[in-house]
Formats: sequence, structure tokens, C-alpha cells
Amino acid sequence: MSKHTLSVLVENRPGVLTRVAGLFARRGFNIHSLAVGPTEHPEVSRITVVVDVDELPLEQVTKQLNKLVSVIKIVELETSASVQRELLLVKVRADQQSRSNVFETAQMFKARVVDVAPDTITIEATGNPDKLDSLLRVLEPFGIRELVQSGLVGIGRGNRSITDRALRSA
Amino acid sequence: MSGQRPSPDHPRPVAPPGQPMTGAESLVRSLESVGVDVVFGIPGGAILPAYDPLMDSKGVRHILVRHEQGAGHAAEGYAHATGRVGVCIATSGPGATNLVTPIADAYMDSVPMVAITGQVASPLIGTDGFQEADISGITIPITKHNYLVTDPADIPRTIAEAFHIAGTGRPGPVLVDVAKDAMQAKTTFSWPERIDLPGYRPVSRPHGKQVREAARLLVESRRPVLYVGGGVIRARASEQLRRLVDLTGAPVVTTLMARGALPDSHPAQLGMPGMHGTVAAVTALQKADLIVSLGARFDDRVTGKLSTFAPGATIVHADIDPAEISKNRVADVPIVGDAKEVIADLVTAIQAEHAAGRSADLAGWWQQLDTWRTTYPIGYADPPDGEVSPQRVIQRIGEITGPDGVYVSGVGQHQMWASQVIRYERPNTWINSGGLGTMGFGVPAAMGAKVGRPDATVWAIDGDGCFQMTNQELATCVINDIPIKVGIINNSSLGMVRQWQTLFYNERYSNTDLHTSVGSRIPDFVKLAEAYGAVGLRCERPEDVDATIEKAMSINDLPVVVDFVVHRDAMVWPMVPAGVSNDDIQVARGMSPTWDRED
Repeated sequence: MSKHTLSVLVENRPGVLTRVAGLFARRGFNIHSLAVGPTEHPEVSRITVVVDVDELPLEQVTKQLNKLVSVIKIVELETSASVQRELLLVKVRADQQSRSNVFETAQMFKARVVDVAPDTITIEATGNPDKLDSLLRVLEPFGIRELVQSGLVGIGRGNRSITDRALRSA
Repeated sequence: MSGQRPSPDHPRPVAPPGQPMTGAESLVRSLESVGVDVVFGIPGGAILPAYDPLMDSKGVRHILVRHEQGAGHAAEGYAHATGRVGVCIATSGPGATNLVTPIADAYMDSVPMVAITGQVASPLIGTDGFQEADISGITIPITKHNYLVTDPADIPRTIAEAFHIAGTGRPGPVLVDVAKDAMQAKTTFSWPERIDLPGYRPVSRPHGKQVREAARLLVESRRPVLYVGGGVIRARASEQLRRLVDLTGAPVVTTLMARGALPDSHPAQLGMPGMHGTVAAVTALQKADLIVSLGARFDDRVTGKLSTFAPGATIVHADIDPAEISKNRVADVPIVGDAKEVIADLVTAIQAEHAAGRSADLAGWWQQLDTWRTTYPIGYADPPDGEVSPQRVIQRIGEITGPDGVYVSGVGQHQMWASQVIRYERPNTWINSGGLGTMGFGVPAAMGAKVGRPDATVWAIDGDGCFQMTNQELATCVINDIPIKVGIINNSSLGMVRQWQTLFYNERYSNTDLHTSVGSRIPDFVKLAEAYGAVGLRCERPEDVDATIEKAMSINDLPVVVDFVVHRDAMVWPMVPAGVSNDDIQVARGMSPTWDRED
């Protein structure tokens, strides 16, 4: 199985997320991560969903999603042709001895320290999943107290806009 | 999709825009505007506001049923028989949840249906109010789309969209849940000029290149089969299909949902494929080098064990729903489009192939097919002396009523026999619950079919088990002058389950005895019919079968219920047991066709 990132443009209406998430569940497709938010058009929301499927089931996911009346357009974002980011907030154990090391690690990853307590540091990092994984591996030995991660969001490279194209063809 | 008219059936603007009225009046006006002539339903608290203006509607006839499930199946039967969108209506909570089964049924069999439900007033939604159920949430997986309306201004647009979605593309059920306060509030009625659904654009025109590729394969193939499904009926494509068949000379199998799409009298018709299909139809698919699927979906009841289905066949799969293509069996040539247009284009493309001097020689194939169908026709064993054969009853109902009749069935043995032994000559004359397999479908669906086609003789071929699930709609039929005929194939048991117990559970008959004729008669179907004010007849001897059917045929002012007491151990053959390869079809218990052993 491999990970695929789908950008799903949907009508900005109550219940649409339930329809999309429910479809994944009942057709037996595994959601790896999910992010929902507004777009430049108030009537359209954008769901970015990362799924763990092979090529053929992926086609089936896309076709089934397309059948939902609330779904306007689906685009698969290829890693090479898009920018993909996740947001990570992590609270790392940091006493007087380790604090500067934790600090340095954050800097190496261009992450920001957003909160400091006597025995912890909270770091904010954005990046593609690989980068965040590496950061976490390096932070692990210091002791991770708490971790929260957003779903992945992505946008295609170049001047084209999938929202524009979707709404124009509507 | 172009030409999205709000009302596919009857564009009929009735009110000037901006007229003030209640939301309930707007709802009824919307139903009139979309061309609804009949709705099946039951009132209750949350839907009550709608029932007041409904009483005055000139265009919409409301038929009061006895259970909401009956309303749903009646709407389905109406839709099956007429091709138009069927409508059912119920109140919130239990009224709405009673519609769940027919909605799921309509979803599986692509039946155009709109279900309208009342919902508790919007301030109560989410508070576990009296008779509150989240019916739009409940029905997400079993509707093509659904709505919860809380603003009365949204009512006309929502109804227009609901009918458009239900009736176009791959048809299906749409639910509109309307909050009680939205029906009570004042609003203005304004029928939408056009429908704007950016996420709904069904493709009906097939891709020319794909169609030409299918035509090329058809003329090059030596063992083609046209695998015809319910989509051909829904697309009203029977005439086009006939032209294609006559042009190519290719054999045709019609699935359970497509019986009648090509006349059974047509020489290219091999019958039904699948678990209880004919040997010729099942084997033709197994041995085919090309399968052209038209509006069918490679259901597990057709393919048997999928990995061994039609191993040598190239697959052309045409469907209006792209998600059906390559869902089960990977298609070599996918064609997305409406069956009518696909078949019409195929005819043109084949004519071009013929004009270029390319056509298929199917003489050898037909020789083989003819051997299979003459050696293994649909037949049945005689019952013990003095007992009535269920297959013969059904066959005689078909022969005496003729091809103009409409035949509706429940689910089980009687359904399979009705599909096998009645000769269907026209589309929309065979109505059954195929995908969901809903016992109890028969009586209410027959009622809906009769309302849609009042001049046709409508038979519900039912089982003693099925009949007891929804027979209360006989009251609806008697009171509303809907004279259907019900033939109960009474084997005193849940016959199909019993057949499986006979074959796979060492004849241990756990909970399949219904006591409706063997040992006792509970209930007595004749007395039950009479209690409803219908005519009740009984037939227990083989020599009375014809006379009883003719008696039933002579009564046209009342519903008739015939209790055919039949041999209990009759089984449906041929059979491919579940999960087994179609190569292992049995024509009777332990008997496989001899060609299988020669291989």
C-alpha cells in the first residue's frame, strides 16, 4: 500500500465532512490524515486527505467520492508537483542541562520555540511529513511530554488554481 | 450536464413567483410544480403541517398506507412500473426510520424515489426531542443525496434538486427532511429557474473512441456475450438493445434486474445468469472470449467466485456510474454513459465495421450455446402425487395473464421461479427487489405499480413469509380501489432458507417452519384476505390451478389473494452455491452438466 494525497473541493455546508469521512469508513478505505478548511471562495471548502491504498482502490475511492453531490472536484497531489505541509506542536522535556540542546535542535529544523516552562519547551514546526518525522526522532531522547499534529495540507506548484478551474467548469 | 430542467417529467410552473404562503404550502406547491401525481404516506406530528394543504391539492393524490415501509415500496413499485420518480412521505422519528428499508432497497436497485420526512422543529434538533431521529444522518450511506431543510425559503429549490438528482444519471433515492417550524413559517414561493449543482454532472454521452473499440472487439470476437443489466431498463433502451442484438447476432443474458429488457421470445435470449441462472447463460459467460456489459454491475450473485468468473473474457463495461466500472471485475474497455446512448452509438459503430467488411462469425458459438440450452432448459421435477408444484403455479399465472401483465415478487424461492418461468416480453413488467433482497417488497410494490399502471393486470407473486411482512397494505388496496392480485406460493416455510438448510445444514430446519399450511394454517390467508375486504381463494390440488387463476383473473374490482398451497420440498435449480465457481453449476442436487466433466 502507498500513501496518496487527495485534494477534495466540497460545498461549504453542514454535514459534508460526515459524508466524506463516512464514505471512507464504509468502503473500507484507511484515512491516514485529514485536514479541512475554507478556500478563497466562501461557498467552497477544501479537504486534504491522505489515504493508504493501492492504485486500483484509489481509483475506486476517487470515483465514489465523485458520486457525492457535495463533492465538486478531486485532485491527487503528486509529491513532486506540490507543496505539502503539516503543522506540529510538541512539548519536550528540557531542564537546565538539556535546554540549550533542545533549542539548537529546533533551530536546525527551522522550528520555533513558542513556550518555555521550567522543565519543558514547546516547539512549533511546519514541514513535509518526512521533515517532521526526523525532528521527532531527534527530540525523542529528550523526552516528549505531549504532541499534536495537524493533517497534511497541500497545494499544487505553478500558476494554476484547482478551485478556479473547478468553479469555472461548474 | 446541459439542459438541467428542474422538472424532468412535467415542467409545469403553477404559481407566480414571490407568492406568500406557509412553508407547508410551498412544499405541496413544489410537488405540484415538479409534476407529482401521487404520493404514498402516513401523517404524524412533525409532518402534520404539510398534510393540511395536501388535502386541497388538485394535482397530488395522497394514498394513506398502513406502514411507512409500505409507502416506500409502493413508491418504488410506481417508479419501476412507470419509469417516473416515486414519492413517499412520513413523519419524523419512527415514521422516517420505517422508510429506511425501502430507501436502501431503492439505492441498491437504482430506483428513482424521493422520500419526504417531517423533522422536529429546528430548535429541538439535536436535543433528543420527542420523535426525533437524525434521518438525514442515518440515510447518508443509502441515498444518492439527502437534505435537511430548516429555512422555508429553501423548500422549492430543494424539492426541484431532489427530483432532478433522483431521476437523472444513475437513478436513486433522495431524502428531504423538513423541520416542522420551516413548514409553519411564512415564506414566499419561488420555483427555481434552473438547477445549479456544481458537484452533480452525470455523463450520458459515451466516449466515441471507446465505443468504436468495443465495436471492433465485437466483430473480432468468436464467443461474445451481451451481459444486460437493470441499467438498460432504467435508460429505456430496450429498442436500441434489440437493434444491437439483431445486428450482431450475439447472445444475450438478462440479469434479475433486466428481465424483459429483451423479449424472452427473442432467439438470442439465453435467460438469466447467476446463482439461479440458466445453464446456457451461466456457461456462456464462463466460456466467453468477450463480455459486453451494458448497465450491469458484476454483482456477486452473477459472478459467483469472482476470481474464476469468465476467465477467458475481455471485458467491455458500459455504465452511467463510473464507480461501477472496474469495481469488481477490471474492465478492458470502460465506457461511461447512458445505456441508451451507448447502445445506439454501438449500433452505428458496428454498422461501420460491417460496411468495411468486418463481421463476426458466430455459427460455431451458437451451435455450442444451442446445445447447452436444449440439453439444460429451465425445468422442474414433478412434486409427489396430489401436491401442487410451485413452479407450475407461477408458470401458469404467467401464461394465463400473458406478457401485458406486470409481475411483482417478494424475495426467495418464488422470486427466482418467477424470474425463471414467466416469459417477459417487455421492459418494466418484472419488478422485484434484487440488490437488497427485501422480503415484504411484493404487496406494497404491486400496489404502487398498479397505481402507476391502473390498466394493467398486476400480480404480486409472493411467499408465505414475505406476505406476512407487509400484507396490511391490502387494506390500503381495498379502500383506495387498487385491485392487485396476490398469488401466495405457500410452502409453509421460509423456503429459500429451508433449501439452504436442506443442502448445507444436514436438513436441520432451524426456525424456518411458518405453519401456514403444513399441520396448521396460521394465519388462514383466505380468512385474512376476507378480513381486509379482499377476495380470498385457495388452491390445494394440481387440477385446480388453472381454474383458480382464471377465477382470480375474472375479479377486477377488488384485490384478490390466492393461497396456493404447494409442495414444500421443491427447490430452485440450477444453482451455483455461494462463493463457488460458476463452473460448478448444478442443475439438480449433486448433478453438474456433463460438459464440465469432459473438460
